[in-house]
Amino acid sequence: MAESGSAGREKRGMKKLWRFGGGVKLSGHKTVSDPAKVQRAPLPKRLYLPLRQHIGAPAEPVVEVGSYVYKGQVLAVSSAFVSAPVHAPSSGTVIAIEKHTMPHQSGIAEECAVIETDGADRWHPDIAPLPRPGLLSADELRARIREAGIVGLGGAVFPSAAKLKPPRAIDTLILNGVECEPYITCDDALMRSRPEEIVRGLLLVQRVVESAECIIAVEDNKPEAIARMRDAVEKLRASGVGGSDAIEVVAVPTRFPAGGEKQLIKVLTGKEVPQGGLPYEIGIVCLNVGTTAAVYDAVYEGRPLVARIMTVTGPQIRQPANFEVLIGTPVQDMLDAAGGVVSDAHTLIMGGPMMGTRLPHGQVPVVKASNCILVENAALADRQPAMPCIRCGTCATVCPINLLPQQLYWHARGKAYDKLDRHHLADCIECGCCAVVCPSRIPLVQYFRYAKTEKAAQEARDAFADQSRVRMQLREARLARLAREQEERKAKRKAARLGKKKTKVPIDQAGPATREMAGEAREVVA
Amino acid sequence: MSVIVLTLLGLVFGIGLGYAAIRFRVEGNPLVEKIDAVLPQTQCGQCGYPGCRPYAEAIAADEAEINQCPPGGDAGVRALADLLGRDPLPLNPDNGVAADGPQMVAVIDEETCIGCTKCMQVCPVDAIAGAAKHIHTVLNAYCTGCELCLPPLCPVEKCIVMAPEETSIREWKWPSPEAPAARSAA
Repeated sequence: MAESGSAGREKRGMKKLWRFGGGVKLSGHKTVSDPAKVQRAPLPKRLYLPLRQHIGAPAEPVVEVGSYVYKGQVLAVSSAFVSAPVHAPSSGTVIAIEKHTMPHQSGIAEECAVIETDGADRWHPDIAPLPRPGLLSADELRARIREAGIVGLGGAVFPSAAKLKPPRAIDTLILNGVECEPYITCDDALMRSRPEEIVRGLLLVQRVVESAECIIAVEDNKPEAIARMRDAVEKLRASGVGGSDAIEVVAVPTRFPAGGEKQLIKVLTGKEVPQGGLPYEIGIVCLNVGTTAAVYDAVYEGRPLVARIMTVTGPQIRQPANFEVLIGTPVQDMLDAAGGVVSDAHTLIMGGPMMGTRLPHGQVPVVKASNCILVENAALADRQPAMPCIRCGTCATVCPINLLPQQLYWHARGKAYDKLDRHHLADCIECGCCAVVCPSRIPLVQYFRYAKTEKAAQEARDAFADQSRVRMQLREARLARLAREQEERKAKRKAARLGKKKTKVPIDQAGPATREMAGEAREVVA
Repeated sequence: MSVIVLTLLGLVFGIGLGYAAIRFRVEGNPLVEKIDAVLPQTQCGQCGYPGCRPYAEAIAADEAEINQCPPGGDAGVRALADLLGRDPLPLNPDNGVAADGPQMVAVIDEETCIGCTKCMQVCPVDAIAGAAKHIHTVLNAYCTGCELCLPPLCPVEKCIVMAPEETSIREWKWPSPEAPAARSAA
C-alpha cells in the first residue's frame, strides 16, 4: 500500500514536475460517488448558518429574529480584515439566532442564524451581475470577493479577499483541483460540470494578484476533469480572452497528500514554503477550484457564496452522489437525500477518511468548508488496539514534511513539549500517512493532535498566570497607594485643624476635648 | 616585593568586586521570582499565605513546604521539586484537593446581588466590577477561580457560585488517545 518517495525529478508532458518526499498511494474509492453528475439537493425546511465558518473574526448578525430574508441577503458581517460575511442561502424567516452544534469533533455549540425556508427560494432583488466585469480594478474585485463571503473552499476556509492581498508580488497562481483524499469527488464533479466558470474565475483572481503564470493542477486519476479543464482553457484562448495564454493545465501524479498546499507547490515548482510560512512568501498563491467558481458567481452573476458541491459517499450510504447543497443544510437532510444510511453501524465523517472530522451526530449544518460527508462503517472507524512501537521507521519514510513521527510519538506520550518543539510538531499537517502505514496500528495523528492542543493549553495557562500575577501586583500597588493617601489625608486634616485652632480659637476658651486634642497635637509637633 | 604585589592585587580585586556589587546588584531574591513563576497565580490563599508571591517567599526562606498549593496539583509540586532540587512530596490534603476538570469561574446571579461590594474588595485580581448598591459582575477573562468571593463572604445565599468556563471550539482540546473514552470515540 505504501510507497516511499524520494525527492527526484520527473518529466511529464510539457511541464517539468518534482516530487515531494514521502506520501502514500491509497485506493481511491472515487467511483463510489459518480462525479459525472451533480444532483440538486432538496430545499431543507430549516437552515443553520454558523456566524463563524471561516478563519478569523466571527461575523456579527445584522438581521433580527422574525425578519424575512431573501436568498443571498447578508445575515452577518464583520469589519475585521480576516473575516467573511454570511448570507442567507434561501429565502425565508429568521426564526432564531442561537447556539447550535457545529460540525466539529467536540460537539460544541456556536452561534447560528436559523432560517425557516418559505420554499420560494427567491433571490434578493438587488442581486444582479456586476456591469462590465472586465473593467473592474483589482481593489473592486477584491471588495466584491469579500462582500460575497468567499473563503477558501479547499478546507482551510481562509477568507479569500485577505489571501488575495499578499504583501509581496506573486509570480505563480496555482489552482488546486488535485483532490487527493479517497472517496471525495466534489472538485472532480465541479471541474466536469463548470470548467469554464472555474477558468473565468481564475482569470479574475489572476487580475487581482497580477501573476505571470497560472497552473491548474489535477491529479492524473481524473482524466475526464483534466480534459474538460483543457477544453475550457482552449476555448477561452481561441476567443482571445486576455490572460488565458498564461494558463496551463497540469496532471500531477496520484499520491496522497499531493493536494496539500505545500506538497502541491513542491510538485509544480520545486520550491518549498518556508517553515511556519505561507506560500506568498515565495511568490505563490494557491486556491481551490471551488473558490474560483465562487469568484465567478460573485462577479459575473453577482451572487454570494450560498451553496457548494458536496460529496455524500461511503460504504454505509445507500445512494452515494454529488450534490449542490445550500450552506446551512443539516447533514441529516443530506443523508436522506442520498437514500439514507444502510445500517446504524455507521460513523459520520465530514471530509475524507484521512483528514476528516468525525461528526457528533447528523444534526449539524453543512458549512462552507464541507466538501464531503463520508458515512463509514463503524467497525472500520474503530481501530483495532494499538501494539507497541517497534521503531521500524516506516512512518518517517512516508511523512510528507520529513518529520520523525516515531520520535514525536515518543515525546507526545511523555508530554515533553520542548522536545516536540525541537522535532517541529507544529509543522505536522495531520495527513495521517504515518498512521496508515504503522504496522502496530498506533493512532499517531491522534497523539499529535492531542499534544498540539495540550501544548497550546499549557501556553494559554502560562499566559493567564502571567496576567493574574500582574493584576495581583497592580492591585497591591493600588491598595498601598490608597492606604498611603488616606494616611496623608489624615495627617493633613490634623495639621489643618491644628493650624485653625492656633489662629482662631484660643485654647483656654475652647472646650476640654479641644484642649486635649490640641495638647496631643502639640506633642506630635514637638 | 611579593607582599606589595599581593596587597595591590587584593586592592584591585576588592575595588572591582565592590563596584560589581553595586553595579550589578539584584533587587530582591531571584529565587522568589523563579518559584513565583512556577506557581499557578490563582492567588487563592489555600496554602495559608495571602497569595502566590508570599508563598514563594516562604518557600525561598525555607518556611514552607513545597506541597501546599492545591491548584498547582502534583504537577506543580514536581515542578517546584525540580526547581529546588528537592524530593517531590504528596500534596498536603489539609489545604484542599487538586482541581481536576475545566477551569472554574465565579458567576454572580444578578437577580440576587445586593451590591454589598464584599466580593469586589476581596478579589485578588480585580476581576469583579460593580459599585455599592449596584449589581456586580465577574469579568470571566480575569477570574482565576480562587473562590475567595464565595459564601460565607457573600452574605446572600446562591448569589455567587462557581461554574465551569465555556470552552469554544478554538480552545477545545483533543482527548488523549490513551484515555479509554477517546479510543472508542476517535
